[in-house]
Amino acid sequence: MKIVVPIKQVPETSNVKMDPKTGTMVREGVESIINPLDLYAIEEAIRLKEKSGGQVIVISMGPEKALEAIKEAIAMGCDDGVLLSDKKFAGSDTWATSCVLAHAIKKIGDFDLVICGERATDGDTGQVGPGIASFLDLPLSTFTSEIISIDEGKIQVRRLVEGGYEELELKLPAVLTVVKEISDPRLPTLRGKLRAKGVEIPVWGPQDIGVDEENIGLKGSPTRVVKIFTPKVTREGEMITVNDEKSLEEAVDKIMEFLIKKELI
Amino acid sequence: MGEVWTLAEFSHGKLSSVSYELLNRGKNLAEKLNTALASVVLGYNVKREYIDELIARGADKVYVVDDKNLENFLVEPYAKVLIALIKEYNPEIFLAAATTTGRTLMPYVAVKVRTGLTADCTVLDIEEGTGNLLQTRPAIGGNILATIKTPNTRPQMATVRPHSTKPALPDRNRTGEVIYKKFDEDVFLSKSKYLRFIKDESQQVSLQDAKIIVSGGRGLGRPENFKMIDELAELLGGAVGASREVVDRGWKPYPHQIGLSGKTVSPALYIAVGISGAIQHIAGMQTSENILAINKDPDAQIFKIANLGIVGDLNEILPLLIEKIKAYKKKEAV
Repeated sequence: MKIVVPIKQVPETSNVKMDPKTGTMVREGVESIINPLDLYAIEEAIRLKEKSGGQVIVISMGPEKALEAIKEAIAMGCDDGVLLSDKKFAGSDTWATSCVLAHAIKKIGDFDLVICGERATDGDTGQVGPGIASFLDLPLSTFTSEIISIDEGKIQVRRLVEGGYEELELKLPAVLTVVKEISDPRLPTLRGKLRAKGVEIPVWGPQDIGVDEENIGLKGSPTRVVKIFTPKVTREGEMITVNDEKSLEEAVDKIMEFLIKKELI
Repeated sequence: MGEVWTLAEFSHGKLSSVSYELLNRGKNLAEKLNTALASVVLGYNVKREYIDELIARGADKVYVVDDKNLENFLVEPYAKVLIALIKEYNPEIFLAAATTTGRTLMPYVAVKVRTGLTADCTVLDIEEGTGNLLQTRPAIGGNILATIKTPNTRPQMATVRPHSTKPALPDRNRTGEVIYKKFDEDVFLSKSKYLRFIKDESQQVSLQDAKIIVSGGRGLGRPENFKMIDELAELLGGAVGASREVVDRGWKPYPHQIGLSGKTVSPALYIAVGISGAIQHIAGMQTSENILAINKDPDAQIFKIANLGIVGDLNEILPLLIEKIKAYKKKEAV
């Protein structure tokens, strides 16, 4: 089984700090990590390999620094990696990113599965996984929470949808995007880290993957960012502190009043 | 000028209310562009009453593709049908809900028609002068808002966050045109097969459909205390959510998780109980219309985004609240 896992390096956003003066995100000193939702894809790919043999190849489009993310994935147990890095890739939106990744996957060739995280925690779109499937004309299961079985060129999966789960059967090769429920990511081991150091990661540009330069980077992107601004998250909320019977009664009455006034009850 | 299209969505045989939210959005855009508003319905045995409902709620036209092969959502045949319709009619704008269906289908379609798609928009408007669609969406866990446009290609595609606007109200006097389209069998060829739907019995009301969500966090202290959350949600006809910490502890299964690695919701009321408001949680619920927070820590981040914050012991507050809601409902029922 040959599995390709596209990953993204993202800023660690759990401790995002906002500049109180400009209202923008402070990026200095923010660590770069593997997109947390990609870890579930990496883990599931490694588990499939451990069960039935094969190879897991992790790919990432980004600056040279994204090598760190690829190395970390290898330290977790992936076998090989490819970095897609070139100035001409810069400014790619989800359409152009899917295009680049699909071309790279095609070049890797002869794969059975592409497993992606549900979305990246910075862009938050979840469009690149389905985009890859579309470029490669492959069947797709998004929000996949379980791989039920794989045999005879087919995979049965369960996907998380509104109000429950759906089960699908896809012909291989196929593309999956996965949710957290599918696996519990392992940590890189010391042995893995040592191995990762020795693995050569090729760096591919547009020519290596045979992608038309009209279709990549800002030039190949149908969307444009008009502006970025900081939402006003603070609400003019009312606060009540409960410290005795009387204030308890008052607080709960206030909730009731709130529910009734807003016609929520 | 091409039309403004919305994708009508079904949920287990019924038209879902998010379809009317899209019509509300679409109506505003179509008026500004002085063009027609149309809904696209894909399904099997599509009832006339559903088509009439879409017209009553604002659709000037309804495109219907009714075929056994479209009974359940599968991305390949659905995409092929939409791509054929887009090529034939060249709509200006195409909106779908940011549901599991919309977020799967729209990127698949956008790639093949080579146009831009903006995910999970909360604000849509028309740019003066150019007539371009301005699509505003939260990113980086809701820390920023980005406005995006698709200047050179059509349709301009977007998925829209459910509950980010009200459903369009029906007007039974409205009339509209219905266009039935047929497709050859080969359009429906697919490398995937739908097997079954399994209802999640722990979700009496699905989180994405819920008007009210009651969520519990680590502050509950013990998994048994989730019973109070369940009871409160049931009393209010709402759904039950959970923070990442309590899902990781096994107090609630993953489908209930709200936040960056769980679901994004936007109900009319979000009640956060014992949830401190880590940025990852806030990312998944901050566009809720009203937020009520109960927490013993007055400095909890959740209070910053709450309309009403109660600082205190949830073990005292919840039982009394449940009691008062019961009494209120009893009184109202008489």
